[in-house]
Amino acid sequence: MATAEVSNKKILKVQRFKPSDNPTNTYLTDEKGVWAWMTTVDHKKIGIMYLISVAFFFAVGGVLALLLRTELLTPAKTFIEADAYNQLFTLHGAIMVFFVLIPSIPAALGNFIMPMQLGAKDVAFPKLNLASFYIYVIGAIFTFIALAQNGLDTGWTFYTPYSTQSSSSVIWVTMGVFILGFSSILTGTNFITTIHKMRAPGITWGKLPLNVWALYATSIIQVLATPVLAITLLLLTLEKWLGFGIFDPALGGDPVLFQHFFWFYSHPAVYIMIVPGFGIISEVISTFSKKTVFGYWAIALSSLAIAFIGFLVWGHHMFTSGQSAVATTVFSFLTFLVGIPTGIKIFNWIATLYKGSIKMDTPMIYVFIFLFLFSIGGFTGIMLGALSVDIHLHDTYYVVAHFHYVMMGGTLIALLAGLHYWWPKMTGKLYNEKLAKIASVFIFVGFNVTFLPQFVMGAQGMPRRYYNYVDQFTPFHQTSTIGSYLLGVGFLIILYYLMHSLFKGAKSPANPWGSRGLEWQATSPPNLHNFDHTPVVINGPYDYHKPMEEFQLGLALDTNGQDSEAEKELSMKNVKTARITV
Amino acid sequence: MGRLFDFMLPEAKSPTADSTDALFHFINEVSLVLLIGITFALIYFAIKYRRRSEDDETPVITHNNTLEITWSVIPLLITFVIFGWGYSGWLNLKSVPDNAYEIQVSAYKWGWNAKYINGAQTLNEIHVPEGRPVKIVLQSADVLHAFFVPDYRVKHDVVPGRYTYVWFEANEVGESQVFCTEYCGTGHSDMLAKIIVHTEDDFETWLEKNGGGVSGTPVEQGKQLVQLQGCVTCHSEDGSKKIGPSFKGLWNKQENLTNGSTVIVDENYLRESILNPAAKIVEGYDNVMTPYEGRITDDEITNIIEYLKTLK
Repeated sequence: MATAEVSNKKILKVQRFKPSDNPTNTYLTDEKGVWAWMTTVDHKKIGIMYLISVAFFFAVGGVLALLLRTELLTPAKTFIEADAYNQLFTLHGAIMVFFVLIPSIPAALGNFIMPMQLGAKDVAFPKLNLASFYIYVIGAIFTFIALAQNGLDTGWTFYTPYSTQSSSSVIWVTMGVFILGFSSILTGTNFITTIHKMRAPGITWGKLPLNVWALYATSIIQVLATPVLAITLLLLTLEKWLGFGIFDPALGGDPVLFQHFFWFYSHPAVYIMIVPGFGIISEVISTFSKKTVFGYWAIALSSLAIAFIGFLVWGHHMFTSGQSAVATTVFSFLTFLVGIPTGIKIFNWIATLYKGSIKMDTPMIYVFIFLFLFSIGGFTGIMLGALSVDIHLHDTYYVVAHFHYVMMGGTLIALLAGLHYWWPKMTGKLYNEKLAKIASVFIFVGFNVTFLPQFVMGAQGMPRRYYNYVDQFTPFHQTSTIGSYLLGVGFLIILYYLMHSLFKGAKSPANPWGSRGLEWQATSPPNLHNFDHTPVVINGPYDYHKPMEEFQLGLALDTNGQDSEAEKELSMKNVKTARITV
Repeated sequence: MGRLFDFMLPEAKSPTADSTDALFHFINEVSLVLLIGITFALIYFAIKYRRRSEDDETPVITHNNTLEITWSVIPLLITFVIFGWGYSGWLNLKSVPDNAYEIQVSAYKWGWNAKYINGAQTLNEIHVPEGRPVKIVLQSADVLHAFFVPDYRVKHDVVPGRYTYVWFEANEVGESQVFCTEYCGTGHSDMLAKIIVHTEDDFETWLEKNGGGVSGTPVEQGKQLVQLQGCVTCHSEDGSKKIGPSFKGLWNKQENLTNGSTVIVDENYLRESILNPAAKIVEGYDNVMTPYEGRITDDEITNIIEYLKTLK
């Protein structure tokens, strides 16, 4: 098992720790009870609490979407008034972006999985991690207070001067999102520290799982971009509350300035949402083709490239806003550059499948759906980056369809892939594979029926955020609404079989997929501190050509020769030495 | 020319659309080829390399620099072409021909008011001559709006406190739809207008007939003003409830205000409600009206009040 000796290698005494398929103590059986959960500093429990919150907000945002689509069945009023409609689309957007997409993968799945992939007991700052969760909850409470008062009718973008003049509860929501931002910043800081300092012996930067690389890139964006959103929302609040003239021309301000500030955060935020999804895709595609990821460094570094270039393209949201012509030209050019690393990832993932041993289980089905939908999202993004074409398509349903293909077809489908992949890890239970496949068909078909017609009607001229529309668009809207109902059915089926799995599902073995990932070398569900030993890593996370036992090593229980009986036992347990790079 | 994605675009009615449409088709066609390639590869690999046994062994293929460079550089070159093409088309949209005919368009919640060179005014209708470049100079009275004509592939935000513009050249007589594409509140989706294209001669005749703005007795002028100023977008003349209180029977009526007091609708109340609508809000309505301070003269206010008195 030892590799060739190199001078910068360190020799450790290791033994194999095969995870039990029937763990007696897990994080779910230890520290039980509501209070223990609410005060836990365990990254896994915090991840689960995030997951439940995200699922709740997704259900709320999803119901709002179905109400919107129902209203749009007919060109004029179907069942609600224009003001109610405006509130619905605003809340749908704000909830899905701030409360679902941004925390979904990093804070929920990332919290649970990332420390385990590093072989760590927890994140670097466990109490800060819990604080982040409660800050998220406080942000959510502020938003609900807004709902209980006058709601919000500004669109999730809060464009001034409309938002300054609106009589809805803008301040409550901006303060809610302001508070929420700290949750994002603190999680990012926590993850960066964890990835730098908490890696198990042998995990060099070149042996980091691509999911961790993706979360690392995401964390950098969270830490650098979110403060700008906080400042922007604070300025907006000052203007609205105290009459400071910053964005409102009536007070001497500039509304285009607000857009610059807003998109300086909100464009990188798109990458906060999608880059963690890339991480999941890399993990799942390797496991289900039993093959080394093709172009490890290309995928790892393209995440960092996206994180960096992503900061330089915000102005492509503003081609029609009246920003300077030079700015518009430069932003268009840079926008194409950010498309390249994304394309590189897609090609590398497909190349990973070549000569693999491909098993189309549910997580892999979602990866395939992701690759198809996200490619469409990417191509239509190139379309919107082209200056002359964007002038025509800006603020139409084409844009609505584009970002749903990226955000839902990308991030949310990746989340579903990750949820199905790590569900046995998190719960120790298997789900009904047949129902899961049926649901994935509903999701795939429903999604395309909902959003493909929106590309057509958008290019035909249908503006977004319209309560009434001209008759020519009726068939497109009706098809789209039917598609959204199919999506709704798909999600209900998922809810059903996951709940069934939770309470009555068959027990899962420790590593149901035969993955080489370190998180799968703990029991399912893991015990309170993830591993009973200190894992030692000698291979890359995707080295499927090496035997499983080489992935289950940990520091040997050292007795310093004091206990001969123990020594004997150790030798029986096949103690060996491992050379790791330090 | 028949292209695969023709069904996605409305018929182009201005030369400003040509470059945009050609690029739209190019990107769609290249994307379709790539998407078919990706989809085919996915399905082909999933079938050909399906797992036959849990003990399947896979080759170790870590990377291939030639492939990496190929699939980085080729898309990069394609996007450079797209950038240049989009940029040149966009420059054309920004460069107004010298002989362009100018029309001033003011956007407000929720309508479009157009003013022509000889003082003619129209609401939610923009009359233009055929075969001549037209420059629309845009300004906003309140919040952000956006002026969008799908048939001409032109769009620009209408920003309070500054002028923006679009230009086009209508190449056939008829009508084209104008949409507001920047969200602006309750009436956003009703903020529509039509561009009405006349032959050059018909346009001159139309312009002469409507030149000089409103005319007639004060009551007649008031009747025209409530149309042109867009009052009727939110205030009906027949008693039906819209976004604001109806004009019918308004004069001398006692209104309950949101602050709990009451007011009799007289000249001074009406004048205040036009210039500074937020001062007194009638119960059951929202504070959404754009102030007319600076956009209307005292004489015009007087004429409107005279007209409202007649709506019993």
